[in-house]
Amino acid sequence: MSVLSVEHLTMKFGGLVAVNDFHLELEKGEIVGLIGPNGAGKTTVFNMIAGYYVPTEGSIRFQGQPTQGKKANQITKAGIARTFQNIRLFSELSVIENVMIGYHCRLRSTFLGATLKLPLYRREEKMMHEGALKLLAEVGLTDVAHEMSTSLPYGKQRRLEIARALATGPQLLLLDEPAAGMNPNETQDLLQLILRLRKDYDLTVFLIEHDMKFVMEICERIKVLDYGTTIAEGTPHEIQNNPRVIEAYLGEVQCA
Amino acid sequence: MDINHKRNVLLSVLGTMLVLAVVQLAGSHGTEYQIRILNNIAIFIVMAVSYNLINGVTGQFSLAPNAFVALGAYTSALLTLTPAEKEISFIIEPCIWPLSVITTPFLVSLLAAGVVSALLAFVMGFPVFRTRGDYLAIVTLGFGEVVRVIANNTQSITNGPLGLKGIAEHTTLWWSCGAAIVTVFLIGRMVRSSYGMAMKAIKYDEAAAEAVGINTYWHKMLAFTTSGFFQGIGGGLLAHLITTISPTLFTFFLTFNLLIIIVMGGLGSTTGAILGAILFTWGGEWLRFVDEPMNLGFVEIPGIPGMRMVIFSCILIFIMIFARHGIMGTREFNWNWLCRKLGIGGRAR
Ligand SMILES: Nc1ncnc2c1ncn2[C@@H]1O[C@H](COP(=O)(O)OP(=O)(O)OP(=O)(O)O)[C@@H](O)[C@H]1O
Ligand SMILES: [Mg+2]
Repeated sequence: MSVLSVEHLTMKFGGLVAVNDFHLELEKGEIVGLIGPNGAGKTTVFNMIAGYYVPTEGSIRFQGQPTQGKKANQITKAGIARTFQNIRLFSELSVIENVMIGYHCRLRSTFLGATLKLPLYRREEKMMHEGALKLLAEVGLTDVAHEMSTSLPYGKQRRLEIARALATGPQLLLLDEPAAGMNPNETQDLLQLILRLRKDYDLTVFLIEHDMKFVMEICERIKVLDYGTTIAEGTPHEIQNNPRVIEAYLGEVQCA
Repeated sequence: MDINHKRNVLLSVLGTMLVLAVVQLAGSHGTEYQIRILNNIAIFIVMAVSYNLINGVTGQFSLAPNAFVALGAYTSALLTLTPAEKEISFIIEPCIWPLSVITTPFLVSLLAAGVVSALLAFVMGFPVFRTRGDYLAIVTLGFGEVVRVIANNTQSITNGPLGLKGIAEHTTLWWSCGAAIVTVFLIGRMVRSSYGMAMKAIKYDEAAAEAVGINTYWHKMLAFTTSGFFQGIGGGLLAHLITTISPTLFTFFLTFNLLIIIVMGGLGSTTGAILGAILFTWGGEWLRFVDEPMNLGFVEIPGIPGMRMVIFSCILIFIMIFARHGIMGTREFNWNWLCRKLGIGGRAR
């Protein structure tokens, strides 16, 4: 059974068809890329999978269960975590709090239990704290744990967002342009990080990225969107040599 | 998490005891006027700290605290008044059964005031949190007014515009300050728990909060209901302090006062709400002279009642333009900070 199965997915904004008849099957453990020129509809696909937009047509199944009618927070709880193209951290929370908050959705303590600091909550708080420290070590942010999240440089903010997403305990990770704003070194580190996280946390990864070198290196399969329509699908090698893709990118792929 | 934890708990206990000692001293040696001011401060702390929970911490700009304070005041007053007192008060229409025959002790009435107000907040939350931002402010403003109008027109429950008189003066310094301490303690703990963190997350970025699995709707409901509970208690304390209540007491004006307090203190800071309540009450007393006729030697100004509010409004405008973070911003008082300032025994984290 595939982790994620998307069929006939279509999103219309008024007259604009942002995504048209999109299909996707993700097998467990895969890293699949979604590429396409600006405004192709990539983020819109993510927003539908993550429950932010209600698709105009089509169905999404996560581990066999339809996600239709579920709110974004319920989809996160079901096991799909995401990051955002325009980094969205909680600005006045510290770095470690930004990660700890990811555990909140699996908290068993009640509101009253947490307020009164009952033993269960004390235990859970300790677990949240230790878990967050572990994740911060994982993404290399231990030394800035107590700083404000917005004081971090771009690349670190992106990694913090990944740590926060991991804290929610996902099976499927959606990364929207994780390498944007990173220098080549940081991008290489990110690549290693994603590969390592996939292995350690049993993840399936679906990512959007404009950095072609990165995409070609990390993805096992790639889908290409242009004006909402899937124009190609295949291995990095197949995509690189696909004339329709080259046309859509006006040669960008070859240059990259 | 914090190696100074034990010391800080000790300091908190000592601090609380100090406050209680001041309360004891004020109660036995203070003038009636001083006691009155302290009572007002304490009640404003209860109301402002809980108002800050929804407006400051969760970032949902509610304008309905007057509704919860009103409901709390009426609930507790109706419960402590004896059947005989109610019979005398309700001259136009008799009080409906079973309110007409119930009398409960003060503590029970206060808690009932909290529970009833929390229930109202919970029910109100369903329509309110379908809206955001400006719309939410307008919807809650509407609800605040509706509650006041209902109070004005349900003659057989609230005694209408005549209001309730002769409410027993149960609110001593111990009650008001006790309630303030309990409110600050509970809300403070809540805000520091992961539930509070989730509420702050909603304020900073609602979409991201959903992305980390926070049920934003439900957490707003929690904040609103909790805030309603304590505002109801504040209303109950107020009713038993001033002993006479009527719908005119619970207009938007009350909301406006609370708004000044939390904005002045810093939206999102419990410490700020406390400081705001103290400054507002104190400042209000201190500024009393501007309401009175003044002789400046060359010109005589007749007394203009309400001049104080003009000054407070100007302060609010000033803060909104030049000092939007208020006194505290979203920071909180903590012992580590104080010890560092005083240069004592602070081991660094
Ligand atoms: N909420 C919305 N309302 C109206 N139009 C939208 C909305 N969201 C996206 N669109 C439109 O849908 C199209 C696809 O947008 P989308 O953000 O999915 O593109 P993208 O492939 O992620 O582009 P980029 O590479 O620039 O991030 C764009 O034309 C965009 O303007
Ligand atoms: Mg995008």
